[in-house]
Amino acid sequence: MTDLSNRKPETGAFFSRDRLWHPPGLTPGYKTSVLRSPQKALLSLDGTVSEITGPVFGHSILGELDNDLIHNFAKSGESAIGERIIVHGRVLDERARPVAGALLEFWQANAGGRYRHKKESYLAPLDPNFGGCGRTITDADGYYAFRTIKPGPYPWPNGVNDWRPAHIHFSVFGHGFAQRLITQMYFEGDPMIWKCPIVQTIPDKAAIEQLVAALDWGNTIPMDARAYKFDIVLRGRRSTLFENRMEGN
Amino acid sequence: MVQPLGYLKESASQTAGPYVHIGLTPNFSGIDGVYESDLGAIMVTDKTLGRRITITGRVLDGTGTPLKDALLEIWQADAAGLYNSPSELRGSADPNFSGWGRSATDGVTGEYRFETIKPGRVPFKDGRLMAPHISVWIVARGINLGLNTRLYFGDEEAANAEDPVLARIEHRVRVPTLVAMADGDTYRFDIHLQGDKETVFFDI
Ligand SMILES: [Fe+2]
Repeated sequence: MTDLSNRKPETGAFFSRDRLWHPPGLTPGYKTSVLRSPQKALLSLDGTVSEITGPVFGHSILGELDNDLIHNFAKSGESAIGERIIVHGRVLDERARPVAGALLEFWQANAGGRYRHKKESYLAPLDPNFGGCGRTITDADGYYAFRTIKPGPYPWPNGVNDWRPAHIHFSVFGHGFAQRLITQMYFEGDPMIWKCPIVQTIPDKAAIEQLVAALDWGNTIPMDARAYKFDIVLRGRRSTLFENRMEGN
Repeated sequence: MVQPLGYLKESASQTAGPYVHIGLTPNFSGIDGVYESDLGAIMVTDKTLGRRITITGRVLDGTGTPLKDALLEIWQADAAGLYNSPSELRGSADPNFSGWGRSATDGVTGEYRFETIKPGRVPFKDGRLMAPHISVWIVARGINLGLNTRLYFGDEEAANAEDPVLARIEHRVRVPTLVAMADGDTYRFDIHLQGDKETVFFDI
């Protein structure tokens, strides 16, 4: 794996996670969580070298179309069906510093709300030109962008009539294994956000609103694609000035 | 009034959902041609230093049923006990080993599998050596925030006995939930999300 010149090594442990801000493990309104949530207390562990370190993903792993879901699965000369959008923003940490070299992976349903997956049972059709996955790596300012189609909402077996609002799944890899995060992006103005049992696993309204991407008129490309801006925040990390140095440092 | 700290809040987690394999292991999920290969699928090459091992197991829910839609990632030191990371200041790790792997649980058996090497020992914060271990992260439908645990090795009894993290587990009966049992070069590590054998998960 290649090193990034813009990346200064940091060795501080991460800020402790605010577990009242994140969804708890057990959220009965989201039925699958009932049998999959640990019932015993987590063991607290302030970061050792095993938690504060993490792999580097070099830009060399990326293919030319990895950040273009409109074309990365499409036949040559064709493109995915749907509302063309750009999703862009920055990955920051809790200290508001940009996270350079962060690996972002995203996946989503097609414009009709259908995933390309053998266990998917929704009657909406597959789009032969849409795979549904993409990835990119943030630049020195923590900035990223990708092109896709706006995913459709879809029904799912939970309550009798539960639907997911339109959303894009994000996996984020920052600089340390303890920063690892998976979340979902929602779209400004979607009334279905507030009806969704998965959204409702998050107890704090402000935490939900932080996952709603704003329509970004300024960056909308005329006659081509609207833009949505979605910033992602990873855990901050302590300054090591006054911390005990590990042996050998 | 005080000066504002100006901190941001970490983005709240949301479940990886039933289709996490589409995003993180698309070739495994049958979406061919987007990426050449799935990231983290191959950890070891001919040049990697260290003893080859296999780690395999299942993730089990509260009824003992294996999860078929889960995804695991592991992060470990190289054979000499160094992490391949810019935050590793003790030396340069094996350039032929990234230390990071990713595996989907199988859609039929629920088994995950990593072909890797046995890690060396790395120091705890106070300089004492921890026993060889691998950091494990688990996401799936129904898991709202990724779960962190550690895998220790059943054939490292002496090192495990002095490991400062294992020593912090108050209920000693739970320590074996973090210890993978050896069968030759294969280590079996089942992860129990609930129940009497619930794995010790960490708030890291
Ligand atoms: Fe989804």
